[in-house]
Amino acid sequence: MSKEKRFLITDQNNQYNVLFKKKLRKKALDQNQQKSSKEANSKEENLENLIVSSSPHVFSNTTTTKIMRDVIIALIPASIAAVVLFGLKALMLILVCIATSVFCEWGFQKICKQKTTIGDLSAIVTGLLLALNLPASVLWWQAVIGSIVAIVVVKGIFGGIGKNFANPAITARIVMLLAFGTTVGASVFPRFVDATTSATPLAILKMDYGFLPEIWQMLVGMRGGAIGETCAIALIIGGIYLLVRKVITWHTPVIYILGVFIFSLLFKGFDVEFAIYQVLSGGLLIGAIFMATDYTTSPSRPIGKIIFAIGCAFITVVIRLWGNYPEGVSFSILFMNILNPFIDRIKIKKPLGGVKA
Amino acid sequence: MALFKLPGIHVNHHKNTANLKPVEMPVPKMVILPMNMHIGATASPIVKVGDKVKVGQKIAEASSFISANIHSPVSGVVKKIEDFLTGNGTYVKAIHIESDMLQTLSEEVQVPHVDSYESFVEALKNSGIVGLGGAGFPTHVKFTIKDLSKVEVVLINCAECEPYITSDTRTMIDDIELLKEGTQLLEKYIGVKKIVFGIENNKKEAIKSLKTLEDEVVQVKVLSAKYPQGGEKVLIYNTLGKIVKEGGLPLDEGVIIINVTTLASIARYIKTGLPLIKKTVTVDGSVVNKPMNVITYIGTPIKEVFDFCGGFKERAAKVMYGGPMMGIALPSLDLPVTKTTNALIAFNEKEARLPEESNCIKCGRCINHCPLHLDPCAFAMALEASNVEELAKLKVNLCMECGVCSYVCPAKRPLVQKNRLAKAELKKYEQQLAKKQDTSKAEK
Repeated sequence: MSKEKRFLITDQNNQYNVLFKKKLRKKALDQNQQKSSKEANSKEENLENLIVSSSPHVFSNTTTTKIMRDVIIALIPASIAAVVLFGLKALMLILVCIATSVFCEWGFQKICKQKTTIGDLSAIVTGLLLALNLPASVLWWQAVIGSIVAIVVVKGIFGGIGKNFANPAITARIVMLLAFGTTVGASVFPRFVDATTSATPLAILKMDYGFLPEIWQMLVGMRGGAIGETCAIALIIGGIYLLVRKVITWHTPVIYILGVFIFSLLFKGFDVEFAIYQVLSGGLLIGAIFMATDYTTSPSRPIGKIIFAIGCAFITVVIRLWGNYPEGVSFSILFMNILNPFIDRIKIKKPLGGVKA
Repeated sequence: MALFKLPGIHVNHHKNTANLKPVEMPVPKMVILPMNMHIGATASPIVKVGDKVKVGQKIAEASSFISANIHSPVSGVVKKIEDFLTGNGTYVKAIHIESDMLQTLSEEVQVPHVDSYESFVEALKNSGIVGLGGAGFPTHVKFTIKDLSKVEVVLINCAECEPYITSDTRTMIDDIELLKEGTQLLEKYIGVKKIVFGIENNKKEAIKSLKTLEDEVVQVKVLSAKYPQGGEKVLIYNTLGKIVKEGGLPLDEGVIIINVTTLASIARYIKTGLPLIKKTVTVDGSVVNKPMNVITYIGTPIKEVFDFCGGFKERAAKVMYGGPMMGIALPSLDLPVTKTTNALIAFNEKEARLPEESNCIKCGRCINHCPLHLDPCAFAMALEASNVEELAKLKVNLCMECGVCSYVCPAKRPLVQKNRLAKAELKKYEQQLAKKQDTSKAEK
């Protein structure tokens, strides 16, 4: 777009008014060639310094920063649960990931001479989500590398907030899983649990060996897994908060979770208990509520969200039942992220009154 | 009936002046009457500098079919007729009349003789009445219909969905007699069997008043208070369930849609013969000392109107014609009240400041709130890539510029502003295409 057009759209320096004044002055000069330009000058002074811009003149209160703040607030219950269950190690991971993410965003934008956007809180959201997706066995320098991957490689290089094609936290977690398999893939248990078993519920389900925790233990988070994914109740509270604040819609989380339940039933001979364990274990809740609903990497329309969620659910269950890894949530979301540009083109509602050319 | 209601947004209503009866303003010393107070061709002046004019005298004539007459709101002397810089930045001829404060009525003002459809339309043509909802489409053009039997329903737009504005609400409460006469005129001369008033549910008193009109012909349809309920296509869909096709008119679906104040003005003209020279204007905004509804003479400089309302509390940073969603921001307080001015809003520095734009986060709020199911994000992308074919495919030409997308955007992107540019770009492209086809035809 040409420069002139740009300022017609965003008249932030009130340039339109300047243009208007010039126009008026020129006209006055043209009309009074013989007369002195005094009159023209006086006419110009008559103009009050009013801001002129194209409508609308009012805007909603919702800003990117406020949306990100809501996501952070929604993650607070899960973060508290993580610290309670896994101790100071969890707090250390959360702080390291957030600090590295914010610093990387700031540093990368400084190096690239871009406008700093750490004020929109999105780096904090990414860091926090990444930390909550890691088990307590992860070392601090591994968390630092993961955060760098999330912010610089996945987000920054593609153009910053809104331009990334995949969810930064999910991608960073997968990179860490492949790079530091022993710590990121380990199953660490909360402090209150006697480690009678050495595997996560998903691994137990998969190998059909060992003792599963009770359902109530699954709900409060007394099971092995990443620090933020175990406490189902905290995650659901966060999800309800996001729904109430209209940050997310129900489509993605509800259909994703329901989809995993139904596919588990279908593929495992209608074993209801098995399906319930599938829903409550692994990273499904945190993935469905916080990762699959990421604006940038998921479809915008309800129909797209439904297709996206069904795809995620299907791939998750397939990986869990027949894949090499016990958990498939991150892989499924990453896979659907890549399909997102195509899913987002699907529309049901055609333009009102539009006639096909 | 509409199965699904169209999406929209809930804006802060700020209907502070809804309970205030309009106050008559004194006669202004000087009136400025630009020749483009309506959509269509500018009117051509029929008076000369130095001429004496009286109240209600025709001073400018419609220059083509889609155009409207202009009458003098005051008695006095024509001071000058010269190019005038209007709010949209174009120069238009304007007649400046100095008032003699006597307000002597012109002999031209006579109760029109109306006894048939033809004389009804003729009377509308003489009255200078235009659509008073804001667009200013000449009313007589709307009622010039080849086949009267096609008209199934007349829809009266009482939505007034813009924040602040209450001038239509006052019409519904104060001029209910005129509205009754108006519906009778429509029944008699247009022969319409159904008249529907579409109103938002936040105007309790106006609804009560309108309910008194209900009979077998007149219906009152209460709709949710959702911007842009008063958009032509939106209102037709939400009240009647009919979809106006691209490039078509409401009349193709058997609908005539007019604003409620327009209807009252029609009835007033047929009753008294006094053309459109006064206008109820809502004066509001955070910096106005005494927000109120005033009845002003058309052509009064807006500075005088604000002064009448107690002036400004602090420096006004932004002043606009109409509501804050679709209103036109004005560069100067010397501009006059025109036929289509239904509100004058003044904002302080803080409200007027434009928010800073940031990256699109693809939240889909614009897509899911667009009342016409359009995709503003895709428009912006196609515009930046200068991809006009894509713009045509995405139907940017359907956009009614209601501003919902810009309002809801959390990144504060100027989406509707880009839509306007995209529409202009598409129009230019289509014109070039048509030209090319013409020349290639000629070559053959």
